[in-house]
Amino acid sequence: MVVQALKDQGVDVVFGYPGGAVLPIYDEIFQDQGIKHILVRHEQGAAHAAEGYARSTGKPGVVLVTSGPGATNAVTGITDALMDSIPMVVLSGQVPTFMIGSDAFQEADTVGITRPCTKHNWLVKDTDALAGTIHEAFHVATSGRPGPVLVDIPKDVQFASGTYVEPREAPQGHYNPRVKGDIEMITEMVAAMETAERPIFYTGGGVINSGNVASQLLREFVEATGFPITSTLMGLGAYPASGKHWLGMLGMHGLYEANMAMHGCDLMINVGARFDDRITGRIADFSPHSAKAHIDIDPSSINKVIHVDYPIIGDVGHVLEDALRIWKARGRKVNKEGLAKWWAQIEEWQAINCLTFKNSDQIIKPQHALQRLEALTKGHDRYICTEVGQHQMWAAQFLGFEDPHRWMTSGGLGTMGYGLPASIGVQVAHPESLVINVAGDASFLMNLQELGTASQYDLPVKQFIMNNERLGMVRQWQELLHGERYSHSWSEALPDFVKLAEAFGGKGIQVSDPADLDDAIMEMIRYDGPVIMDCLVEKHENCFPMIPSGEPHNSMLLGDASTQDAIGTTGAVLV
Amino acid sequence: MSALKIKKGSSKHSAYDLRNPNAEIIETHTLAVVVDNEAGVLARVIGLFSGRGYNIESLTVAEVDHTGHRSRITIVTTGTPQVIEQIKAQLGRMVPVHRVQDLTVEGPSVERELALFKVSATGEKRLEALRLADIFRANVVDSTLESFVFSVAGATEKIEAFADLMRPLGLIETARTGVAALTRGPE
Repeated sequence: MVVQALKDQGVDVVFGYPGGAVLPIYDEIFQDQGIKHILVRHEQGAAHAAEGYARSTGKPGVVLVTSGPGATNAVTGITDALMDSIPMVVLSGQVPTFMIGSDAFQEADTVGITRPCTKHNWLVKDTDALAGTIHEAFHVATSGRPGPVLVDIPKDVQFASGTYVEPREAPQGHYNPRVKGDIEMITEMVAAMETAERPIFYTGGGVINSGNVASQLLREFVEATGFPITSTLMGLGAYPASGKHWLGMLGMHGLYEANMAMHGCDLMINVGARFDDRITGRIADFSPHSAKAHIDIDPSSINKVIHVDYPIIGDVGHVLEDALRIWKARGRKVNKEGLAKWWAQIEEWQAINCLTFKNSDQIIKPQHALQRLEALTKGHDRYICTEVGQHQMWAAQFLGFEDPHRWMTSGGLGTMGYGLPASIGVQVAHPESLVINVAGDASFLMNLQELGTASQYDLPVKQFIMNNERLGMVRQWQELLHGERYSHSWSEALPDFVKLAEAFGGKGIQVSDPADLDDAIMEMIRYDGPVIMDCLVEKHENCFPMIPSGEPHNSMLLGDASTQDAIGTTGAVLV
Repeated sequence: MSALKIKKGSSKHSAYDLRNPNAEIIETHTLAVVVDNEAGVLARVIGLFSGRGYNIESLTVAEVDHTGHRSRITIVTTGTPQVIEQIKAQLGRMVPVHRVQDLTVEGPSVERELALFKVSATGEKRLEALRLADIFRANVVDSTLESFVFSVAGATEKIEAFADLMRPLGLIETARTGVAALTRGPE
């Protein structure tokens, strides 16, 4: 019945790991060839793979795990999906209903444990309710602000026979978030757009979650108005990096021009972003002179962090459609004079060229490695995943995304170990595409067992490890904020990544000379199978620009030079 | 103070600014939340409050619609206006929540709770307790030669006032139901 429900929901792939409490479902999967099951090596990997699948397709990712440790291992991935609003349906086995509460073997209070990290969850105690609950789970996961849901199914419920209901016959819950924004408020926002001298679009993952139409509408709106646009980490690709109004990513490691424009604007149009603390810096000094519009489908995002003047609750696609229509009907007005001055100012900021770094012909600079990766893979049908840390920020800065769904990264939770399993999920969804996981050496080790999954299913995922033998971001903070006391932030006893790749049946490449970099990247791309590319990079490179935590957007550190000056002037904390 | 201008209130061990950016007046609000009476729904609501650091001053819950399996949770909470708004939005987006009403802002409402007080006293104090109970329209629901159990119903302030008076007279134990509240008027 579970497999039938999944099929009726249009599921083609399930990421899972069997165990005692889900054996009846695995038996169904064995006998019914309608669903492809990807056997991961750890349940956390299943959850991240499902995230990668979901983020790269827009469809919900499905996870199947057993009770107890199966479910608890999945918790990190579920939490990650909650923070980044990724639609995911987790089915977990549970001990039989008559044993619940008895501390049975592999029993855990899964609905209790996952209550705060799912959008909603259910314990199904009656087989007749099973199909309906699974259908409702898909509805909740994918409607409104997407997120993970979990259905906990005791083993006796799996064994018993019950009545199956199809999705359209299933009882409709009352959960139905509104998607249309308030027209009056949208009109007010449009009026503000007509007169604004220094407007900016600040977009986020909500645009991507809303679907491709939302990205199309956003592009049309940006081109038609000529407003500059920046995006959060989660929103990269909604507007193309090659677009002429693109300022680059904003935030703690965002581009100078994007952050300065956010600070100096007089109208901020937040489209599907949530004023995260990595974005706002010091709240009190966040964009002090602007009126703010906020389009978000989640009412709790509005005024949570930043008070806004034009709150619009609704789906990004629907609201942009209305806004664009109203703006056109009112005569396509913008403040041309103001905009021209604004762009002149922005161009001055752009001229600073904040991503400049000192290249070397002796050692590979991580920024250079990514520039070459970008140059050599740009034309490909390409999907990029990352782990978490410096490499992630550099990837966001140096790689360009032309379309939504091409960029998979753990933004809200910042989960090291996300990238490898996510790349597997992406490759499963897009078997013919080039899928690259930009990784750090430390993050990669957190879920490296999934190399076995890549190998088993012939998934040619490319693991591009920028190996600095450090926990680079931790090291950077320790340098800047903890007196260069590098407490446990280096990687000792690293494995030989080439041999590691070979041990899992893949290919390993190591490169340390900048002159060999291009050849190594090409070799990685051309190899038909999983590759670990061990790219030995500068060990002490810091990621800039950087807004120090608790600082406003206009006090960015631009590079080593500015940091050294900063250290010289004080020393109380740094020395 | 430092190169990165870490402000007072930030921990030396952290670069995060730990000051409350919106320190404002703390308000008390009574919220009525209508939910599906399904397993774990109370845990969800309470988990929201503990997980996000909101306060619960009082909480009552009971099924009020047996055929529709709906329960009504009445929560008295405190916070800045921004926090109160956030609490309502967070409650409102939960899947089993049908309706969130802020009785403090949605026009006049009545609030009542029931409390039981055990007062142990003899002689003049015992008589005084009985006289005060009469003034507060408290009922004696249990009595021995050395003690009374009083039952008082009313607004929270009345219950508090009665408790304050009983304390010097030998109040030894209190049980309160928490607040139940409804808006006034026909709707």
